[in-house]
Amino acid sequence: MKKRPTVGEILQAKGVSRRGFLKYCATTASILALPPSMIPRIAEAIENARRPSVIWLSFQECTGCTESLTRSAAPTVEGLIFDAISLDYHHTLQAAAGEQAEAARHAAMEENKGEYLVLVDGSIPLANKGYSTIAGMSNVDMLEETVAGAKAVVAIGSCAAFGGIPGADPNPTGAVSVMDLVTDKPVINVPGCPPIPMVMTAVLTQFLTFGTLPDLDKHGRPMAFYGTTIHDRCYRRPFYEQGKFAETFDDEGAKAGWCLYKLGCKGPITYNACATTKWNNGTSFPIEAGHPCLGCSEPGFWDMGGFYEPLSTGKFDSGERLAGAAAAGVALGVAAAAAGRRKQSKFAKEG
Amino acid sequence: MTTQQEVPTPASPFHGNVGPIVNEVVHALDKLLETDIPTTIDLASLPFGPGELEYLEATLGTGELSAELDALGTSRIRETAYPGVWWLEHRNAHDEVVGRYLEITRTPEILSSQDADIVVGRARLGDQIK
Repeated sequence: MKKRPTVGEILQAKGVSRRGFLKYCATTASILALPPSMIPRIAEAIENARRPSVIWLSFQECTGCTESLTRSAAPTVEGLIFDAISLDYHHTLQAAAGEQAEAARHAAMEENKGEYLVLVDGSIPLANKGYSTIAGMSNVDMLEETVAGAKAVVAIGSCAAFGGIPGADPNPTGAVSVMDLVTDKPVINVPGCPPIPMVMTAVLTQFLTFGTLPDLDKHGRPMAFYGTTIHDRCYRRPFYEQGKFAETFDDEGAKAGWCLYKLGCKGPITYNACATTKWNNGTSFPIEAGHPCLGCSEPGFWDMGGFYEPLSTGKFDSGERLAGAAAAGVALGVAAAAAGRRKQSKFAKEG
Repeated sequence: MTTQQEVPTPASPFHGNVGPIVNEVVHALDKLLETDIPTTIDLASLPFGPGELEYLEATLGTGELSAELDALGTSRIRETAYPGVWWLEHRNAHDEVVGRYLEITRTPEILSSQDADIVVGRARLGDQIK
């Protein structure tokens, strides 16, 4: 295996000062959702970290996840890609094509056997292997071949993590997720449609920094970013507690920025970091733009009923989790749930 | 010693997310004075509605000292109107904000000359007088 330079060596060669390095470490701590007190340890770890090899496989996907990552303002994501990791294979970003590209993938696998990371976006069709191929190789075969020597696999986006749109009913291609196929390696799910860029870089950064993989929840998602619901961290939460809800998209409540629960917001049962990390360089997130959370980082969210039906109509998720959401909202949440049920009855009568 | 009574908790005209942070700052100032232990608050991890971050910044105001750091993009380090409370904003090479912090400390570490840089600088200066 070629000895890769450490990040400290790379930064030194680029003439980055210690101050610059400390700044890099501070933003890295922020990305990893670690307390600032961890910055000295991060600095030590990063200085001695060696660039990991990364192979990115794109299957049944829309390239939205790559678009999201490459627009990340997270600590120099361009630096992360080009300096801190060795991105050895990525259809959209690599210059090589055809046989040369496949040769690069095989070379990276050979040189970094047992150590490289495989990132996957898109689901994998099983109904017919020919539905999606790359260089004449089916997605499932390429995944199996590439993952065989990997240290871990990161499923980027809801398609790779849970099947996503291709896997939605009636699932014409027989699409499955990465974790449906990879059972002998650690699989980290980074769902979202697309995932938050910072979350994607955080997983890579943690691996780069500490050589470890993040703690995961029951759906294989990093706890640091998927440990709390959108609702838990939503700036409109105080309105939920006060029982102030927008009833339509253009009423006074909507204009005043009140809670969007009755308009179908899935924030109470959606685990993601949008409410604090936000999008577009921290500009806002869907709820801040006046639209309910769709729950895009939850398994099977496409098939969970209407996006604009309140949670209390009971279509989106199990009663167990809804009960948790209702408990968090105490009496006012219950009132909203009752209103939602009335709305559901109205739909039923009209339907 | 600074107490919670001396720094008024602002009545946020927005969603009520600013007041708790100001309270946390007050507690951090107490900790700094009593134990000399600094605190850093990562503002990226907290919920803010439209205008609330600007409201927090305006609430804390501007103090006597500000500095600009040019390393991997620009950083602005400014003491607020409350001594010991510093507002730090890190930007990347594309001038995008990549980190925003409140540091409750006497001097933010990033303002100090670092040993590693001093060693390199000393060598450069030595070369000049050869």
